[in-house]
Amino acid sequence: MAQLFFFYLAGIIVLTSILVVALRNPVYSALSLLIMFFHVAGLYVTLHAEFVAAVQIIVYAGAILVLYLFVVMLLNLHREDRYHAQFPLATLLGVTILTEVILLMLQRGDSGAPVATPVIAPPTPAIGNTEAIGEVLYSTYVFPFEVASLILLVAMIGAIVLAKQDLFEQKG
Amino acid sequence: MAGSEQLLDYLGRYFPVLLFIGIALAFGVVTLVLSYFVQPKYPESEKLSTYECGSEPFSDARMPFPVRYYIFAMLFVIFDIEVIFLYPWAVTFFKIGLVGLIEMLIFIALFVVAYVYAWKKGALEWD
Repeated sequence: MAQLFFFYLAGIIVLTSILVVALRNPVYSALSLLIMFFHVAGLYVTLHAEFVAAVQIIVYAGAILVLYLFVVMLLNLHREDRYHAQFPLATLLGVTILTEVILLMLQRGDSGAPVATPVIAPPTPAIGNTEAIGEVLYSTYVFPFEVASLILLVAMIGAIVLAKQDLFEQKG
Repeated sequence: MAGSEQLLDYLGRYFPVLLFIGIALAFGVVTLVLSYFVQPKYPESEKLSTYECGSEPFSDARMPFPVRYYIFAMLFVIFDIEVIFLYPWAVTFFKIGLVGLIEMLIFIALFVVAYVYAWKKGALEWD
């Protein structure tokens, strides 16, 4: 039953990921990416990572997808056919990576190691997932937390400098 | 398998969420399908043409958006992430206490710098 959930979510994720790169209309690609984000959130829920699931929906499905859509509309891509000409290169890379993955899995089978005890992470019954993250984030990982703020500051300055360039030129 | 039952019990708590998703989907689908079957259909070339507040459409709707939309989306993403960091902080506020408060103040101070920068550069203005 647990595996049923996993296979449903994973199947939809694979399907929509393929659609993202296969669909010719970039807006449709973005929308199938949205469906993928929701199913990834579902996968996080089955892994007892509720906070990450909520973040997945709020940040990725809510904010980042809007950003993607704006980029698509900004660039005015009617139908993007240019990248579909890279089929040979993509096949080469894809086959190479697939071979590596298969080799790794075979190796694992040889060593007799148990193949990934599936999906169920040990539940944390005493405290919630968000609480656990909070406790660790604001004690052990304070420094990365503050650095994240700095990185976001840099990202924002970069975005404004790049996107507002035309306006600066008009003013100055 | 005990783990499976545990997971089912756990996912059972997400049943309301599934119910919400189901109702939302059903609402959209039922509305469209029902209105498709109920509506009167008298198609005419004038009726089927693009409606644009009464005036004649004069160009393709897929025109490039101004770059300003992108700035607003970018700012939204950044401040969205800031708010995300506030959730675990609020939940554990009593446990981490004063240290947590100071950490969060430093964190938000950096965002205030970003906010002031965006404001001064006119990124929040439309024209």
